[in-house]
Amino acid sequence: MLKSLFAGTVLAFSLMTAQAADPAAETPKPVNPVLKLATTTSTDNSGLLKEILPVFEKESGYQVQVIAVGTGKALKMGEDGDVDVVLVHARAAEDQFVEDGHGDKRYGVMYNDFVLLGPEDDKAGVKGTETAADALKKIAEAKAIFVSRGDDSGTDKMEKSLWKDAGITPEGEWYREAGQGMGKVIQMAGELGGYTLSDRGTWLAYTDKSPLTLVLEGDEKLFNPYGIIAVSQKKYPDINHDGAQALIDWMVSPEGQKIIGDFKINGKQLFIPDADADEEEQAEDLPEAA
Amino acid sequence: MSRLLEASGHALELLFSGDPELWQIVGISFKTSLLAMVLATPPAILAAFALAYGHFAGRRVLIAVFSTLLSAPAVVVGLTLYLLLSRQGPLGDLRLLFTQTAMVLGQIALAVPMLVVMMHSTLQGADRRVWETARMLGAGHLRAFLTVLLELRFGLMAALLATFGRIIAEVGASMMLGGNILHYTRNIPTAIALETSKGEFAQGIALGIVLLTLSLILNLLLHYFQGKGQVG
Repeated sequence: MLKSLFAGTVLAFSLMTAQAADPAAETPKPVNPVLKLATTTSTDNSGLLKEILPVFEKESGYQVQVIAVGTGKALKMGEDGDVDVVLVHARAAEDQFVEDGHGDKRYGVMYNDFVLLGPEDDKAGVKGTETAADALKKIAEAKAIFVSRGDDSGTDKMEKSLWKDAGITPEGEWYREAGQGMGKVIQMAGELGGYTLSDRGTWLAYTDKSPLTLVLEGDEKLFNPYGIIAVSQKKYPDINHDGAQALIDWMVSPEGQKIIGDFKINGKQLFIPDADADEEEQAEDLPEAA
Repeated sequence: MSRLLEASGHALELLFSGDPELWQIVGISFKTSLLAMVLATPPAILAAFALAYGHFAGRRVLIAVFSTLLSAPAVVVGLTLYLLLSRQGPLGDLRLLFTQTAMVLGQIALAVPMLVVMMHSTLQGADRRVWETARMLGAGHLRAFLTVLLELRFGLMAALLATFGRIIAEVGASMMLGGNILHYTRNIPTAIALETSKGEFAQGIALGIVLLTLSLILNLLLHYFQGKGQVG
């Protein structure tokens, strides 16, 4: 009798503390606090992650380890199960990633756009063209130096598809594949007096340090959406799926979206949050995580 | 030129203001590289000793193998370990990729061939009579081994310092195996690579100064030991 009373008290107490601990906790302590995020150089080099991740870490208790590489490599790391979650920008490759069963679902997070950069004197006369295809044609005709990422990143994939749209196979001495990150490529194009394609975020972060100028923007083909995908738990049962989902939920939450929208460099907004776009669809897919 | 001066000035400012991020990066570099040296040195000494004093089949081939490994680019060493440590690789269950442990392993893999080759050549160049005399005076194998090491301490120390200089300045393997994660696996060389790509030259130069200062201290030590070796 006494024993069962004692057991009951312990049970009640533990339930109470469990309940009390949940909403009241300042910083929760997840079982598996280390979360590995593979992402693109554009989100990291622009300073966005440094701004938003500490907020998430403080609220959730997770510690996010960021590995910044090109989109292609980030997706490969996810496919191999070497990271828990990927934040990238190459829509077709992302959908393929999910379709192949490497990740559960793609969540839209934010977007910005690509811009075409060139030297101040605009040798190829790109300024004044309306579409990316026309601009690239002019560059190819003038054989003006074009520095390509050449690293299978999201930007690189976009650039390749733009050349394809323009009906040009870029080759020759003027077309230079650097195989480096965005920042490095902007520097190289600046030093060489050449053209290059950049995401707007990285460009804003580099505007002050670069002799280049913006020569084309606004073509709808240059739309650049970012997606976040948790690596499949079916494929890798011990992956930090809870952490990945917590980060995703936070990124698409009103709070996360607001912080992303508030992030500015030199007074200019870098990313436009757009998780609302398919919120209903996401809501349907959530019960498993809850 | 003015840009270089400006960046250098800002770099010194960062160093002496005790910028915590910068010093943490320096700390990670020293922690991983020192640990790698501590773990790599004992087996390397034994291997070098076996190669110099042993009589066994394949000894010459082994020497050639170690010398060849010496010229393996750090990136290749990094890639090999990456494929082994990746979850899809044979050692994937250890979950070591993108950790400091992986960086230490990469640096050990770079350090061992260099230590073996340099220490072997030191041992080889020494007088075999040290060993024979010690044995004749009644020293056991272990005692005689330690006597040889003590006799050759300057040459062996030079091998240690040169190897430490190599692994602490190495960028390829650390970048691949550590992933350049802030506060965790970002060391001096990977940080320099990143900051340079971001156009943050001051931070890059500040870290470069730390590395150069370190290498200066190492070289002064080296010359100090070598000088004494000559006098003795």
